Order: sequence, then C-alpha cells, then structure tokens
Amino acid sequence: MPMTIDPIHPPILEVTGLTMRFGGILALNDISFAVKCNSISALIGPNGAGKTTVFNCLTGFYKATEGRIALHTPRAAIDLISILGQPFKASDFINPAVFADRLYYKMFGGTHRVTRAGVARTFQNVRLFKEMTAIENLLVAQHLQLNRNLLAGLLRTAAYRQSERDALERAYAWLQVFGLAEDANRLAGELPYGHQRRLEIARAMCTSPRLLCLDEPAAGLNPRETTELSQLIRQLRDEHGVTILLIEHDMSLVMDLSEHIVVLDYGEVIADGDPQTVAHHPAVLAAYLGTEAVNDDESR
Amino acid sequence: MPSTAASPAASEVRWNLVFRQAVLEAAAAFALALLLLGPIVGLVLDGYQVKNELQRPLLIAAIIAVGRFLVTLATHTPAGQAALDRFNARRRQPGVLVVSAAESGRQRWWLLAIIILGLTLPFLASKYWLTVLIQAMIYVLLGLGLNIVVGLAGLLDLGYVAFYAVGAYGLALGAQYLDLGFWSALPLAAMLAALFGGVLGFPVLRMHGDYLAIVTLGFGEIIRLVLNNWLEFTGGPNGVSAPAPQLFGLEFTRTARDGGVPFHEYFQISYDPLHRFVFIYLVLFLIVCLMVVVVTRLRDMPVGRAWEALREDEIACRALGINHVLVKLSAFMMGATVGGIAGVFFATYQGFINPMSFNFFESALIVAIVVLGGLGSTTGVIVAAVVLTILPELLRAFADYRVFAFGALMVLMMIWRPRGLMRPRRRAFEVKGLCP
Repeated sequence: MPMTIDPIHPPILEVTGLTMRFGGILALNDISFAVKCNSISALIGPNGAGKTTVFNCLTGFYKATEGRIALHTPRAAIDLISILGQPFKASDFINPAVFADRLYYKMFGGTHRVTRAGVARTFQNVRLFKEMTAIENLLVAQHLQLNRNLLAGLLRTAAYRQSERDALERAYAWLQVFGLAEDANRLAGELPYGHQRRLEIARAMCTSPRLLCLDEPAAGLNPRETTELSQLIRQLRDEHGVTILLIEHDMSLVMDLSEHIVVLDYGEVIADGDPQTVAHHPAVLAAYLGTEAVNDDESR
Repeated sequence: MPSTAASPAASEVRWNLVFRQAVLEAAAAFALALLLLGPIVGLVLDGYQVKNELQRPLLIAAIIAVGRFLVTLATHTPAGQAALDRFNARRRQPGVLVVSAAESGRQRWWLLAIIILGLTLPFLASKYWLTVLIQAMIYVLLGLGLNIVVGLAGLLDLGYVAFYAVGAYGLALGAQYLDLGFWSALPLAAMLAALFGGVLGFPVLRMHGDYLAIVTLGFGEIIRLVLNNWLEFTGGPNGVSAPAPQLFGLEFTRTARDGGVPFHEYFQISYDPLHRFVFIYLVLFLIVCLMVVVVTRLRDMPVGRAWEALREDEIACRALGINHVLVKLSAFMMGATVGGIAGVFFATYQGFINPMSFNFFESALIVAIVVLGGLGSTTGVIVAAVVLTILPELLRAFADYRVFAFGALMVLMMIWRPRGLMRPRRRAFEVKGLCP
C-alpha cells in the first residue's frame, strides 16, 4: 500500500510490514499503515480479521515476528518492537553498541516500556483493579510520575506529600472529565458497566499518553452511552491533544467519529482511507457482505 | 414473617408447621450424628476386644438433636429472623469496605490502649507466659511480612520459612564466624534475607498462582536441607547457639564474659533470668510497632498501590507502564526482610537453633495466619497471629487435637468468613471542595 508522508506533519505512528505468526498460523501478513498526529483513526474488519492482534503488537503484548512499528515523538522516533527485548543475533556479538542496547532491553524492556513511550490502551473486556477504589485505579496509573523513593514515602517528606497531592488532584480532574467524580471512593468492580468503561479510559489517560488505543470502547454500551462516549473521545482529542486509534464494531460510531479508517481482513489491509472512500470500497463491501463467486476473484 | 400479625388461627397453623419442621430436622440431625459418631465414639478398643459403649454417641446425638430443634425454632421467632437477615445481609455485602479518614481516626484510642497493654504485659507475666508472648510477637512479625507478599502482591509463597531461617542462621553463624553481636546482626541478617528474597524472586517472576506456590515450597525445603546437611558450616542437625542481646554492651547474664559488667550489677538490682526475656520482648514489641507503621505507610505509597494492582490484574499493570518484574521483586524482598528480622529474634530468644524449627509446618502456619486474618488486613493478621499462638497454649490439655482443631478452624473460616477475620478496608480519599 503506498503511503504519503507529509514532511511537516509526520504521522505519530508508522507501521511497516508488520507480520505476526503464531506457530504455523499467519495472523498478520505485511500490514502497513500510518496514524496522523492528533487524529481519530479506526481499525475495523470482520471477526477474526486480526484487529486485536495488531493492537497487541502496537501496545507490546505480542512481539511481532517481522516489521517495524515506529512511534514519532517530538524528540525522537521510538522503535516499539526493540524496546520489548529481542533475541540476540550473531551479528550483535561483533557490534558492542547494538549488543549493549539489546542486553539492556532484554533485562529491563517489556510491555511497560511501550506505555512509557506514550502509548496507552484499554481492553476489550474491561480490566480494572476491581477491589480498589476508582480513584486508586487512577493513582496506580500515575505510578511513573510520582515520587517513588521508599525512604521519602516512609518518612512522609514534604516532597512526597506534594507528589501524592498532585496525583490526587490529577486523578480527580480526570474523574470529572469523565463524569465519574461521584464514584471516586467506590470500588471499581461495583460500578455500573458504562462507568467501568469510562473509568478504564480515564485510567489510560492518567499515564499521559500521546497515542490512546481503545479496543472496542462501545461494546456493551446502550445507544445513549455510545453517543456520550463519542463526544468524550472527541473531547479527548480536541482538548487534551491525544491521538486516538480505536477498534470498533459499531459502524455508525466509527463513521461518525473517525477521520481515517484502516480495514483488515484475514490479517491483511484491504482498504485504507477516509470514511467515505472506505465505505464504498469494493473489497470492504466484499469482506463485510460477501460477493458472488464471479466478483470474488476480481476483488481479491 | 409477614403472617405474625394475622389471625390467631393462622398463626397456630404456622407454628404447627414450624414445629413439625423442627422435629424433622432434629431427627435428621440425630440420625446423622449417630451415623458419624457411632463407630468413632461408641466402639472402644480395649486390649484385644472391642467394647460397646453405645450410650455415649446416643447422648451426644441427643444433645445435637435438641440443639438443632431449638435453633430451628429460634430462627422462626421475630428476633431470630432478624439475626438471620443480618447474617445473610453481611454475606451479600461486597468484600471490601471503603472507610473515610474520620472513621479510622476513632481507632486511635484503641491503638494507644493496646500499646500501653503491650508495654506493661511483660512485667506482669511469668517466664512461661513471657516466652509465649515473645513467640506471639515473632509470629505477628512473620504474618506482617508474608502479608506483603501474599496479601498485598497476591503471590502465594509457601516457603516463607526460608527467610525466617536465613535471619536466624544469619545471627547464629554471624556470631560464630564473624563475631557479630545481636545489634550488628539484626540489619545484616535482614539484608541477607532480602538478598535471598531477590534470589528466589528472580527465577519465579514469570510464574503465577500454583506454579509459584510449588517453586517457593521447593525453595523453603532447599534452604532447610542445606542447613541440615552442610555439617561443616552450619553444624547440621546439631544446631548452633545464638548470642543474647545486650543493652549498650551490658549483658543479661549472672556474670559477664571478658570482664564486662552485667546488667543487674550496673543497675544494682538482684539477678533475675527474666530480665533477658523482658528486654527481648520490649525490643521486639517496638520493632513490631515500627513494622506496623511501615506496612501501613507502604500500602499508601505508590509501591504499595502497585503491589495491590498487581494482585488485581497483572496485564492491566503492564499496560499502565508498571514494571511488573521489579514490583514483584520488591514485594518478595520486603517480605523477606521482615521474615529475616523475625528470624533474628527467634534465634536470640531461643539461644539455640537447629533446622528442625524451619520445617514446612511453620510455613503453613504463617500462611494460615495471613489467610485467617484476612489477606491484606494488618489488624486481622495481628489478631490471627496472637490467637494462633496463644490459643494452643491455653488449650494444652487438648494438645493431641491441636492440628485437628486447627484444620476445623480453617474449614469453618473458609465457609463463613472467606475473606478472613477482618474485612479488608480501603482508605477513602478526600479532596477539598470535590467530595461531600
């Protein structure tokens, strides 16, 4: 798929030749797409197309077999695959710099590095810390921004207390953005489902991400909640400067919300473009609705 | 019951029904009890003959039947009904209670009373009870340490006794080879235990649940077997002696070694072997108080929250940028440190240790303390540790049934209070102007 890269506004995320194999199964085959900075993009496709696999590769839960995922931050481009830690290659033993790099990421790398680079995610089935209060969920998410010095915490120094106060205020601010202020001291597991969904997005926002990946954010929500959610997602993009990439089955939400859509089927990108183009793309129609046998050969 | 206000006739019919139900249930209980107890209690082996003493199970079964009858009747009176409702309501409540700061502030007076009691007890107790108290405090310390690993971080550690052994042997062998005293060995043994915690933690970081439990169980046994078999270094099953603590160089012996001044001569009081135990108890009590403060603060700190988050959902933790490897490791090391400190106190109070003290039953007992107290609840763990050490001493007469009673207690607890004695509590946060 040809990609046009605007030199002035480079894409925040650039995926090239992403391939993922599970044993003999080719789950993703040479996927390439880019996500523009400060946009809302969607990843759609029929069931089993590999959307969640792409997400898991982007957020570091799977180690891609081949390909490159680059996150462009104002400072540098970060290779999201190498920071997971990769096996050594023979050539590494000649080049000490590469070897040291690999050794470092092998020891200290992992999924958490991806989040630290600025990619946050939510899960298809909500994964909250159920026996902790809503506000504590948000405090956990701010872990990296806090004063984690053990002695400072045990002695309750002024700097430590200030850092905790700041964290609490940030957490309350996010709860208010998501309309959850009243649930602050309730256990996350007790909240109604719609609130849990929103709390999970709030928690992801607390890691101060550049790119927010939402895995089926509207699943299980009623139409009113879905509308609220789409407003909320827009608000996050407009007011908090975060780029959003989402997987969603609710087509009306996707068409209404996103500026750019990538369609996957059988682990391959079959269409890529703005909602209008994608909606009328023959391959997409074929994938979603099926075609007659004669047309099938043409579209593949 | 809605029909209590109905006509006398209806009420009479209802009571007849209740009465019938009670009689039936009593009969069933009688039959069951007889079936269960008949062979065990009724047939007594006497020499080579079996003596028939059926009147004993009959009597016990009759008591059970009457009890069952009365309970059934009682649950149908308004008061009984209310009690039953309360009980059921409590079971339906969520497991965790969120408590505001004002509510927890009220406990401050209780805390003060307990500390004063704890400080005065050794001066009232006999030597026997003093040793029991020291034992109880050691188990409190062990419970607090394991509570970090099992209760907060959710990593089931069945070999916790290994760190206890490392602490105890750290003092004993440190004194033997490096000429360390109690006070210098205390931090060193704690650090050594932390190191062992790290050594154990590293390979098991990628394991969960059952696998982790098995590996830690193996680790505990390895430490014990090494201590038992490395004759040249540890003395093997013969054990090693451990030094007693000193108060600024004053010894608690009748005559001091190397020309020093013993404690009782310095203060010009008559010699009493009890002084040593009182001193150990007081130091231990202060350490326990300190540890309670440390653990309480740790829970509110980022690392404590990360531990609990890890227990709740490891995948979500990773998605939030928390390095789960380091968080697990820190939990292991922190728990091991506390275990090591407990070990040092155990060694110094016993004066002599051998590997027999660090078998799997100890590990199981500590896990039981944590589970019984309520995973993650500091108060619960303290209560459970004290109860589980003092109760067996009170029930010396039934020593043969101790393990049986222990098992029965665990089963009952799991049925009625699966979350432990104390319901886990969480702190409610307040931010000015935002919260009611």
